[in-house]
Amino acid sequence: MSTIQSIAGENEQHPDVALVDRVRAGDVSAYDELVRKYERQIFRIAQHITQNREDAEDVMQDAFLKAYEKLDQFQGNSKFYTWLVRIAVNESLMRLRKRRTGRMVSIDEDLKTEEGSVPRDFADWAPDPEQNYNQSELADILRKTIQGLPQGFRVVFALRDVEGLSTEETAEALGLSVPAVKSRLLRARLQLRERLSRYFKRKTAPATPSGIDGALAPHKGN
Amino acid sequence: MTCTEFLELLDDLIDDTVSVPIRSEIEQHLHKCGHCEVVFNTTRKTIEIYRSHELYDLPPDLRERLHAAIMERCKRGC
Repeated sequence: MSTIQSIAGENEQHPDVALVDRVRAGDVSAYDELVRKYERQIFRIAQHITQNREDAEDVMQDAFLKAYEKLDQFQGNSKFYTWLVRIAVNESLMRLRKRRTGRMVSIDEDLKTEEGSVPRDFADWAPDPEQNYNQSELADILRKTIQGLPQGFRVVFALRDVEGLSTEETAEALGLSVPAVKSRLLRARLQLRERLSRYFKRKTAPATPSGIDGALAPHKGN
Repeated sequence: MTCTEFLELLDDLIDDTVSVPIRSEIEQHLHKCGHCEVVFNTTRKTIEIYRSHELYDLPPDLRERLHAAIMERCKRGC
C-alpha cells in the first residue's frame, strides 16, 4: 500500500511516493528520475554548507547513494525531498569535519555572535540595486555575503529562503525545533540585509541627521 | 506598535502569515516609521535577490557526469 503524505490531502499523493515505491520494487529507472529531479538542489545545499566545490560534488553523490541504500528506512511521514536534504546536510557536516581533521562541526557553530540581530543601517536601497553591478560582480557579492554568515544561520536561510522549504521542513531537515528555525531565519535575513546594504544603498542619499526619511522613499509606487 | 514589536513580526509579514488586524497595525506603524519601512523593503529585497540568482549552478557536463556515476553505483547495488 502506498504511503499517504501527512501534509497532503486524503486522496492526494506526492508524485515522489510512487517513484519511491517503484524503486523499492526494484525499478532503478525510478531512482534515476528522483536523482534528476533533486540533484541540483542537493548540490547547492552541499555547496552552501561546505563552501567547497569538490566537497559539494562528493556530498551530492554520497547523499544519493546513501538515500538509495537506506530507502527501506524512509517512513513516508515526511517528503522524500526533506528526508534527502537531511541526509545531504549530515554528509556535508561530516565532510567539513574531515577537512578540519576531526574537529566537531555542527549547525550550532558560531551562533554566539549578536551581530545583526538589531538593524543598524537604515539607508534605503537604490530601486534596482543589483543593476549597478554586472552578473559576475553581483554573484561575487552575494556569495561573499552569504559565506560570511555563521553556519547555523546560513544553512537555515539556504533551505528556507533559497530552496523554498517550509519552516517545518527546514526544522525536520536540520533536526531543529520550529522556534529555533524561526529565530535563526530572522537573524540570517537581518544580517544579510545589513551586509548587502553596503553595496546596494542609494549612493546619493541625502545626509539627514535624523534619518527619518522613509515617508519620502522616491521609488515607492514605481 | 513599537519598532521591536514590528521586528518580531517581520518574518511573518514577509512570509505573508499575519492576520488581517495585525497587518493593519503593521501598516500603520510603517506609515509612521521610515526606519522600519526601509528594513522591511530591503529585507524582502534581500530574499528576492538570493532567490533569483543561482550562486552555485551545476554545469550540464558535470551534472551528467555525477548523475551517471550515481546511477552506475546504484545499479551495482552501491
